[in-house]
Amino acid sequence: MFYREAGEFKTSYPADQQIFPIALDRLGVKIVLVFAFLVVPFIIDDYWEKSVLMPFLVWSMAALGLNILIGYCGQLSLGTGGFMAVGAYAAYKLMTAFPDLNIFFVIILAGGVTALVGILFGLPSLRIKGFYLAVATLAAQFFLVWMFNKFPWFYNHSASGQITAPERFIFGVAITGPEAPPWATYLFCLTIVVLFAFVAKNLTRSVIGRSWMAIRDMDIAAEIIGVPPLKAKLTAFAVSSFYIGVAGAMFFAVYLGAAEPTEAFGIEKSFLVLFMIIIGGLGSIVGSFIGAAFIISLPVLLKNIMVGGLGWPTDIVQHLIFMLIGGLIVFFLIVEPHGLAQLWRITKEKLRLWPFPH
Amino acid sequence: MKQKKFTTLALAATFVLGSGIASADLVFPSLSYRTGPYAPNGIPFADGYADYFTLLNERDGGIGGEKIKVIECETGYNTEKGVECYESTKGEGSLVYQPLSTGITYQLIPKATADDIPVHSMGYGRTSAANGKVFSHIFNYPGTYWDAASIIVKHIIDQEGGDIKGKKIALVYHNSAYGKEPIRTLEELSKKHGFELTLLAVDHPGQEQKSQWLQIRRERPDYVMMWGWGVMNQVAIQEAANIRFPMDHFIGVWWSASENDVLPAGDGADGYKAIAFHGVGSDYPIYDDIKKYVVDTGKAAGDGSNLGTVLYNRGLYAAMLASEAAATAQKISGTSSITPGQMRDGMEALEVTNARMAELGLDNFGPEVKVTCANHEGPGLGAIQQWNAKTKSWSLITDFVGADREVVDALIAEDSAAYAKENNITPRDCK
Repeated sequence: MFYREAGEFKTSYPADQQIFPIALDRLGVKIVLVFAFLVVPFIIDDYWEKSVLMPFLVWSMAALGLNILIGYCGQLSLGTGGFMAVGAYAAYKLMTAFPDLNIFFVIILAGGVTALVGILFGLPSLRIKGFYLAVATLAAQFFLVWMFNKFPWFYNHSASGQITAPERFIFGVAITGPEAPPWATYLFCLTIVVLFAFVAKNLTRSVIGRSWMAIRDMDIAAEIIGVPPLKAKLTAFAVSSFYIGVAGAMFFAVYLGAAEPTEAFGIEKSFLVLFMIIIGGLGSIVGSFIGAAFIISLPVLLKNIMVGGLGWPTDIVQHLIFMLIGGLIVFFLIVEPHGLAQLWRITKEKLRLWPFPH
Repeated sequence: MKQKKFTTLALAATFVLGSGIASADLVFPSLSYRTGPYAPNGIPFADGYADYFTLLNERDGGIGGEKIKVIECETGYNTEKGVECYESTKGEGSLVYQPLSTGITYQLIPKATADDIPVHSMGYGRTSAANGKVFSHIFNYPGTYWDAASIIVKHIIDQEGGDIKGKKIALVYHNSAYGKEPIRTLEELSKKHGFELTLLAVDHPGQEQKSQWLQIRRERPDYVMMWGWGVMNQVAIQEAANIRFPMDHFIGVWWSASENDVLPAGDGADGYKAIAFHGVGSDYPIYDDIKKYVVDTGKAAGDGSNLGTVLYNRGLYAAMLASEAAATAQKISGTSSITPGQMRDGMEALEVTNARMAELGLDNFGPEVKVTCANHEGPGLGAIQQWNAKTKSWSLITDFVGADREVVDALIAEDSAAYAKENNITPRDCK
């Protein structure tokens, strides 16, 4: 009754093509953004920053990146952990080599470096598809982690192979390092994620996004109607790796502050991000956020309820969380194979007709 | 987008509900891991840590009249979960963190220092934290990895009759900050003593070591040292038994030295050696009290099956050092409900003598510990323990000896200076 297009008259092309055509949607997004930018920074504390919001933002970014590659362009990749490592190590090398470079540009440049590496490892996608490509990207995962372990240059010859982010400032406020206030790191990452979420949304609505989807839906047909697979696949790899690299750089520099390749960027991380976009919804920007919230925030929520609220033993809770999350994944995939984003989409469809569904 | 908002609100609601508890007890967080590939080692340590504090509460009514509260938080030996645990428990007035993970320790070094909360990485973590002038809040008494590496090499020299020039020593290590830690010292020592060092990395979680042991079989090193943890230990000892590597030439660090590691290999593990910084077995008077006050009253942590194991003892030892430091802090500050900052002062003034250990029911359990402002690693002594597969028990086969201070101290000075420079720390003045 309230959530509908009827009564909204679009009189120009920009108005007709806007991302959220329904007024209520626009209002909702505005409220969320105002809340995230203007309210949260005032109430955030260390726990919320380090345990809830930062992981959510960082993994949302990584999920966005992988969703572009798998969800929009249909190229299966298991190299996410490795690409995040590239982002992290690029950020580390840039931070230590150019101490005066602003941390924002460090993060963006780290994404750029990862994009180049992504293109390199995307080259096999021109010849191989599907599961075979997954295996090729798996090789990237193992190779990259091995490389960051093997060559001391990448970790500046530190004794333990750990990389540690030095302190960096924006407008005199620390963004990295132990003294960084929670609101600053949160706002920094939030700005990057929101900015690039809108970029991603618009990319997928543009020529390049449509060529990705054409390749995904049927590459031979796409080639015949004039979509160049070389360009489409490699741009998908480049853009996707850029996002994942930025996520890796934020993960290392802003969120954790220190990392070692084997643990922080192992194969588990590749699967984690893959699960996020499968649960959240392939080919959906909102789905990336929902997936990240489901995989990253839900365990923390469950832990707080069961250990903090109910006082159960920690090991039993941990096992229960494994079972609950696993059960929920199976449940949601049976109820809606297209992910949580599809559920959300269906809800909106139903809302438009409500209360007169006929 | 709306769904996201809802999740955020739900999280907010539970957090507010969950964090309302505040108390005046002495809070000792236990960042444990009872799940995952490192659980076989994490469980006994966490049980020992919790049981000692339960004993103090039941028998003495806490420390200096203050009850002790242990908050357990599951990390799964995972760095991100460790950070979550740190953030979720630090608000409760946590006095000292013992993460039992070198990775998490590295993560906490800058954070805890900024929050004025001490970290006790007992025999793990960053070795150069031994330099208290640079690392004001990080303690690693009673010994460090570099001490361990040096003492193991000393033992090898003794066993070889004084000269190991041209001998080959292989290091099988967990491919992480933890496993890489001794490499620098071993390289120095190999230069000094003229042995040849082979490095063999094993990736997390360490179940797959066929290629490493094939290489050992091919190159036939005279000695193998191991820096392993969790399932990696069991697998390595099993593999060594499979290729019939002489077990008394296979020496682990103190974290590769528990019953869980050697039992799966059965008789094949007989003679396996490891370094230790405290005594073994349950032949100490304190166990009578633990039985009386903790086990028999049904308050034991976990399933109560780990009493007397190496890592249970280590958990006890860690808790004992923490409670002694807390008692010292109470004495210094003149108040019984101490803050984390006062706890740090207590740790820095900690002195555990043999007489004190006898009082606590831990006669000759370990070397005397004395920590000072500049020296955060304490005595830095270690002994070699050996496994007897027939009796299924460990026994110490050497006395507690010190490391090659000349090599280790120089490396500590170098590494801590590098850290101080990277992080703009001016070393403190220690009188």
